[in-house]
Amino acid sequence: MFTKKLWLSLSVLLVAVLVLSACAAPAPTEAPAPEVPAATEAPAATEAPAATEAPAKAPVIGLLLIGPANDAGWSQAHYESMAYVKDKIPGTELLYLENVYTGSTSHTQTPAELAADMVTKGANIIIFNSDDQKDNAIKFAQEHPDVFVIHPSGDAAWKEGKNYANLPNMKNIMGEMEYGKMIAGCAAALTTQTGKIGFLGPLINEETRRFAASAYLGAKYCWENYLQKDPADLEFKVTWIGFWFNIPGVTLDPTQVSDDFYNTGYDVVISSIDTTEALVEAKRLAADGKKVWAVPYDYYGACEGAQEVCLGVEYFNWGFAYVDAIKSAMDGTWKSSFELVPPDWKDINNPDTSGVGFIKGGGLSAENAAKVDQFIAELGAGLNLWKGPLNLQDGTVYLADGEVATIQQIWYLPKLLEGMEGQSE
Amino acid sequence: MSVELRYSRSARSLKKSAWVNVGIRLSAIIMALLFTSVILLIAKANPLQAYKSILHGAFGSTIKLTSVIASWVPLVIATSGLLFTFTAGLWNIGMEGQIIMGSVFAVGAFRFLDDTSLAPALVITLAFVAGAVGGILWALLPGLMKIFGGVNEIFGGLGLNFVAKTVAIWLIFGPWKRPGVASGSGTEWIDIQYRLPYLPGTNLSLTILIIAVIIAIITAVMLKGTHFGLRLKAIGKNDKAAYILGVPTSRYFLLAFGICGFFAGIAGSILVTSKQYSLIPDAGFGYGFLGLLVAMLVNYHPIWSSVVALFFAALSIGNTELQYMGLNSYFAGVLQGFLVLFVVLVDGVRKQLVKTR
Repeated sequence: MFTKKLWLSLSVLLVAVLVLSACAAPAPTEAPAPEVPAATEAPAATEAPAATEAPAKAPVIGLLLIGPANDAGWSQAHYESMAYVKDKIPGTELLYLENVYTGSTSHTQTPAELAADMVTKGANIIIFNSDDQKDNAIKFAQEHPDVFVIHPSGDAAWKEGKNYANLPNMKNIMGEMEYGKMIAGCAAALTTQTGKIGFLGPLINEETRRFAASAYLGAKYCWENYLQKDPADLEFKVTWIGFWFNIPGVTLDPTQVSDDFYNTGYDVVISSIDTTEALVEAKRLAADGKKVWAVPYDYYGACEGAQEVCLGVEYFNWGFAYVDAIKSAMDGTWKSSFELVPPDWKDINNPDTSGVGFIKGGGLSAENAAKVDQFIAELGAGLNLWKGPLNLQDGTVYLADGEVATIQQIWYLPKLLEGMEGQSE
Repeated sequence: MSVELRYSRSARSLKKSAWVNVGIRLSAIIMALLFTSVILLIAKANPLQAYKSILHGAFGSTIKLTSVIASWVPLVIATSGLLFTFTAGLWNIGMEGQIIMGSVFAVGAFRFLDDTSLAPALVITLAFVAGAVGGILWALLPGLMKIFGGVNEIFGGLGLNFVAKTVAIWLIFGPWKRPGVASGSGTEWIDIQYRLPYLPGTNLSLTILIIAVIIAIITAVMLKGTHFGLRLKAIGKNDKAAYILGVPTSRYFLLAFGICGFFAGIAGSILVTSKQYSLIPDAGFGYGFLGLLVAMLVNYHPIWSSVVALFFAALSIGNTELQYMGLNSYFAGVLQGFLVLFVVLVDGVRKQLVKTR
């Protein structure tokens, strides 16, 4: 009797699996979605040539966005760079997925699995757009040596880096946001009335530490040299929320953190998370008569809608670097590389040449805007703020007097700097 | 003769009511599809296209199909566990927390055994054992609280879910964080030798599939074909009567919780070794909650729960496809929500009708 039931249950299961898979069998011959290439196109997984050779067909980019494509931050900057790529490389196709992050309720599959599925849909270049997808990007690149992988913000392709993994199909690309953060810090220091700057940080890692430190260095420099004030009077506090954006129940709430900053005398908040809570909160409080400002991040249009409290935005301009990488994948000149894309000091807002830019916001006074321009000019002329004497937060020497930091020293900054308040690791 | 007649009549009405039951459930599914379609239409999307793309997203390729099965595995294990507690009349809302604790203990075991010279297979087995222990401990807590503290297991479970997640977050941002990093992305991945290998060209580990099938079979056999299952059912129908008739109810409550926790721990260990490779804040992936839905939808029937679990697994994998249509992938969640709502609603209406009749 029981065995009968057992067989019944097993056979029902088996039949269900077979029926369902049979139902689905003819599906691949149809084009499933507008942006998806027809399935009759290259099944890249089996036919694509080795990474060092050119793919025979036009690029089909699979883009995995950690957040929504309209987050007014990190993910939107990536998403919109694809329009630039399509414009410069006609015939480029784009597949993209949003909200691809650890524990996302949008996707049951891991980023590596989603990327593998994109390959079955014809993708031959995969962009993992986030640090959160780092392990998955490496795993995917190892398992798919015939697919080109671009991982911005990562360092697995950096021979001189700490995490080098020998992956011929992997490229790391990253704008030199240290400069952007310095400019943001400068604008904040010039504007603050209380001498207290809040830094709304995401999670803690090497990248976020060095960007927070860069903002502090920029703030300190402008505070000292443009306002002739004592650096000891400048307070710079970092609060980390725990992830790149708000995840209720996991991270601190960035709105709450911004609010706490503004209500405890920090009148300027520099945001370093993917989304714009600090700016939104500043706008709300300013409407109630409070004198507060914010500096958003990542996306050139981030100030929109809150110009009056926005000091400006330091943003990434990914498009042209992606064009170069994708072209190299097509013409067979692709090489695994770790690329830092600097600002074009002739015009940091040139979309064709500058990896990092700064667009001033309506909240920056004309006088301070001139000083920010002066600061940008100084940086362009070779001003290096990553120069000793600099101590780490715990007082240990980071750079001796006159010592200039190497790229590695900056990239892998072990702690926050002396003068900054907040958790280091 | 009259007895025979009565028997055959009641058998006929039983059969009839079985068909009525199926019909009722089907009508609930149709209603859920209709309501989701309305919402899709409001969002200016073609519902048929959307359902087709969910199907395609779930079964359109080997990768997808095996992802569905890989997702079915923890779900069917979670549901199986819950069938024990449901049969005993217990609402084990704490399932999600028990899966999280399974993951915590499994990752803990890997961290502890990482530098030993033990064979990888042994380390993996020990991690599963640890995960099972974690799940059992976390499941026994609401059981003990119910028996000795008079705390309803729903509240105990809910509270322990929060505690489990908090423990995971504390470990991720505290003692187990990656060197120099504090991130919600989770702990360092377990070494590659401890990851269960996938079948070539798929997203599925054969090991976990075998575990799931065995657990589903054990569950069906134990609940439907043993004295243990019968007693559990008696308790579920009326625990006081069962107690008077000599069933040690407290012990059976704890046993049901224990078995459920054991399965939860196994599910948590599977998620660690075959999917996430680390501890993340939402280590249960919602399988504990989804398992509750599946169990309720099938009226706590072990065989049907395997099939319905497959449906939900397909929905959870297929929903990604909606994004390629430019739709939000939460639409699959809308369908899921409507399904549960209508099944419960239709069931309630049916009971009302039976009563008035």
